[in-house]
Amino acid sequence: MCVRGFGRGMQTMRNLFPILTVTLVIFALWYAFAIVLNKNWAYDKATRGGYELSFSELVADTWSQKKPRLPTPSQVAAEIWKSTGTAAAKKWARTEGDPFGERISAVLGDKKSLLKHAWLTLSATMLGFIFGTGLGILLAVGIVHNRAMDNSVMPWVITSQTIPILALAPMIIVVLNAVGLSGLIPKAVISAYLSFFPVVVGMVKGLRSPDAMQLDQMWTWFASKSQIFWKLRLPASVPYLFTSLKIGVAASLVGAIVGELTISQDGGLGARMLQGNYYGTTLIIWAALIVAAALAAVLVSSVGLAERITKKRMGFVQ
Amino acid sequence: MQSDVVIKADKLCLTFETNDGPVHALKDVDLTINKGEFVSFIGPSGCGKTTFLRVLADLETPTGGEVCVNGMTPREARRKRAYGFVFQAAGLYPWRTIAGNIKLPLEIMGIPKAEQKQLVAEVLDLVHLSGFENKFPWQLSGGMQQRASIARALSFHADILLMDEPFGALDEIVRDHLNEQLLELWAKTNKTIGFVTHSIPEAVYLSTKIVVMSPRPGRVTEVIESTLPRERPLDIRESPEFLELAHRVREGLRAGHADDA
Repeated sequence: MCVRGFGRGMQTMRNLFPILTVTLVIFALWYAFAIVLNKNWAYDKATRGGYELSFSELVADTWSQKKPRLPTPSQVAAEIWKSTGTAAAKKWARTEGDPFGERISAVLGDKKSLLKHAWLTLSATMLGFIFGTGLGILLAVGIVHNRAMDNSVMPWVITSQTIPILALAPMIIVVLNAVGLSGLIPKAVISAYLSFFPVVVGMVKGLRSPDAMQLDQMWTWFASKSQIFWKLRLPASVPYLFTSLKIGVAASLVGAIVGELTISQDGGLGARMLQGNYYGTTLIIWAALIVAAALAAVLVSSVGLAERITKKRMGFVQ
Repeated sequence: MQSDVVIKADKLCLTFETNDGPVHALKDVDLTINKGEFVSFIGPSGCGKTTFLRVLADLETPTGGEVCVNGMTPREARRKRAYGFVFQAAGLYPWRTIAGNIKLPLEIMGIPKAEQKQLVAEVLDLVHLSGFENKFPWQLSGGMQQRASIARALSFHADILLMDEPFGALDEIVRDHLNEQLLELWAKTNKTIGFVTHSIPEAVYLSTKIVVMSPRPGRVTEVIESTLPRERPLDIRESPEFLELAHRVREGLRAGHADDA
């Protein structure tokens, strides 16, 4: 065990090195591009003020502008901290004297806080992911068991994904508003629209993965269609399902953000990006982008964790 | 002794329609198998030995002739769970333990839980896999997996065991071992066994009756009754009687081929 642990440690080190190198290169390029993209504004200021810029002054200026074309990673990090930690601390101080529970909900419900927006996006994503996964599995079961559905539904499923979601989102919202649905549901519907597709494709493949011999075997036992489904097709599809869910959950997040770009009054990371766009504050956009990316990473790795646990429980070789 | 007949085929034909015209997988096959017999089907690929077994199991539908399994049509026999079928691959479900895999047909047949447990323990003992019930298939060797699949086919006490090249994918040492165990199992349970194989020694060692088949069209060219005693130690394979039988099978196969040429 000891030797194995050591081996694993070496393995981690060996894996860490290239990851760190790539990250460093990305950061270096990012800072370099910040200089290139922001230098015009620095020169403009210098010309108007009538002073000369040395190279070090230029670099310092391009890395600390208020409305840079490309903010640096440290600026983005500072912005994220400002709109999460600092915002929370401020709210906390302002509600001094209120009961504890109310103070907590005031901090979490703070419209200025990125945490609140992230939470809004996350809830739309999760709801959409559940809708999309459910719909995807149902469609796949239908497609596998019914020839007519196989021939008729699949082309529509594929067509649905060729329409740009940005064009479709406002219409989905208008239609749902007309039937009295607003708020979280329309965003979740858009999110589901994107996430059901990988689930359908993966589950159809998974439910069809049992080979002819396994189906013959079931036949010799005089198994019913539903027994074949529950005892063979469904368990066999589990590895395929998880692969699809990883793609699906990321697509759900994109869907939720697209929804928020359209219904921006409700807030959310998409609304923050739009807001940043209106006011020309790239910092807000980048902060929202990075938080969205972090959210996606957390979601995908949660699915990955669920996959590992499920497969281990089921006894698939790991 | 009419009641002793378990499987009877009469002028059985099966023709597959393909783009290159009809393929006669089976043509006018007549065969009678009595209760407790161990019958091997041997012949080159395409001779219809597997197809014949699949017809008995209702996995293929004949296009002509009659076939009876336990006095019923194959479909009836399948519905009554009259046979267990062992395929070339073990085909155990990776997400079920060995016990769970053997339980599978019992669950499908709606046998009560308590009885399932007892039946599983019984067949696991029969194939010498007691103690492995909670292992997953990947934790077992190929030979052990195939034994588990035999146990699964035996679990619901069907009188007939149909085996389609069950040891074809295993190496010779494991194969010898499993052949020996199969004979022991057959002696204990008194099942009627239909066994498809490519191997002459395997057919001679195991069978009371060897059905030699030849291809295009698939037909029975010779049925050889074994003269060996039911009790067969492994070294019987060096006896003159055994070699004589093996020689007859080989001659039969060659004759089938001569026809073909």
